[in-house]
Amino acid sequence: MIRDDAWIGQLYRQQSRRVLATLIRLLGDFALAEEAMQEAFTAAVRQWPDEGTPENPTAWLIRTGHRRGIDQIRRKQTARQHAHLLADDEDALPEPGEQTFQDDQLRLLFTCCHPALPLEARVALTLREMCGLTTEQVARALLQKPATLAQRIVRAKKKILLAGIPYEVPEPKELPERLPGVLRVIYLVFNEGYSRSDGEQVVDISLAAEAIRLAQEMARLLPEGEVFGLLALMLLHHSRRHARQDSAGELIILEDQDRTLWKREDIHSGLQWLEAALARTPMGPYTLQASIAAAHAQADSAQATDWGRVVRLYDALYRQQPSPIIALNRAVAVAMHGSPAQGLQLLDELASEKVVVGYHLFHAARADLHRRAGNVDEARQCYQRALPLVSQGPEQRFLERRLAELAHSN
Amino acid sequence: MKYVALVYYQESIINAMTEQEWHDLNQECVAGVERLTSQGHYVTGQPLQPVETATTVRVRDEEVLISDGPFAETKEQLAGFYLLEARQLNEALHLASRIPPARFGSIEVRPVRELPPID
Repeated sequence: MIRDDAWIGQLYRQQSRRVLATLIRLLGDFALAEEAMQEAFTAAVRQWPDEGTPENPTAWLIRTGHRRGIDQIRRKQTARQHAHLLADDEDALPEPGEQTFQDDQLRLLFTCCHPALPLEARVALTLREMCGLTTEQVARALLQKPATLAQRIVRAKKKILLAGIPYEVPEPKELPERLPGVLRVIYLVFNEGYSRSDGEQVVDISLAAEAIRLAQEMARLLPEGEVFGLLALMLLHHSRRHARQDSAGELIILEDQDRTLWKREDIHSGLQWLEAALARTPMGPYTLQASIAAAHAQADSAQATDWGRVVRLYDALYRQQPSPIIALNRAVAVAMHGSPAQGLQLLDELASEKVVVGYHLFHAARADLHRRAGNVDEARQCYQRALPLVSQGPEQRFLERRLAELAHSN
Repeated sequence: MKYVALVYYQESIINAMTEQEWHDLNQECVAGVERLTSQGHYVTGQPLQPVETATTVRVRDEEVLISDGPFAETKEQLAGFYLLEARQLNEALHLASRIPPARFGSIEVRPVRELPPID
């Protein structure tokens, strides 16, 4: 008889997500499925120590949860609404196989990331239902009040139910339309963890790790080039996590990072996924961005970077997504490849774009190129324009340090 | 499930159309309704007269209040509606995307609510 509690926690971590995903499909209701899952685990904790662990724990939990869910429906007398579920004889429920579990995971992901839900709700639902974080954990990670977040999740679940957002993986012909939306949510989770829009800490490793875990899971379930590309991109960025800030939490830009601190195993794994992505055409935006990250990962220093290749990759990316932000990054790469003056010319052409002018990195990039070109006054003006647009402590202090350095060089 | 697809557009776009363009758009809508009907998705629907023909009714303190114009002045005006039968939201959204004014206006898709049975 097992009497320590560790196995319960372990069981929950291993089984809860797949049990929930399948129960949502069987019961057709998020809230009901969650309740039923909790009851199934409670039953397991009570029965397994005496009766022994069943041969297929997942199937046992699902069967038990399904039965409890149906009992709930009967108790709540909502039988009319759920009549189709009661018609199923639960004992005749086929033993779900590995394929069914995997399909249910994907179904759940596509439901959580459905474009009919507000973007913030998609992120919150994905973290809660797919990653198994509690509402409090999600709220903390997203810097929101738990009550606000809980309400957002309740509203999203209500819409899923009432609007008939389906619990299914889109058909192959719809997939190209729907996949980018799911990848966007995963990348948003990663970026929330990687660089907060405000707050003090630059890196929150847990959210980034959750996003990578999700993408790894997805790469297994849905082997599409862009899934591999996104996974590669995140791994390559994640490899720099210990080099991005010093011991005092101050920001260190790519050029100044100690590249020996970059995690070799993440780079290795990222490059492997990139190779898998490149084997599938056409090349999408995540694969292109991963290729750019790879160009940095493979260089020993900023000077040794193949900037020509980086410029060509930005060209390709800009053709797919002609956004001013990509044009901004491309201009910086052009400056590194050629001269600061060439980059500055491109940046000046962008100055008419409203999005860019309100973006601190535009002014920071101009400042940096002026600094490199030795235009101290222009550089100072640009840093001063960038400063009020930053909300993040470390980035703000970085710009202030640069300004102070300019004063010394004068 | 049943979904209502509410068709909105800026009437100024329609007013700027030539006779021929307006005719073609209507024919396209007729063909669309035929397709929806043959696929078993069409329950009912109707285009509406321009928004200047709208009258709004309210009852407050048992008094019927009539006012000129639509309930809310918006950039786009309600131009018609479809009642569609679809398996779930994805299918309803796909059907809505093929309603011709989706190209220059917008289609709001809403599930219908069933009234409770009589007590």
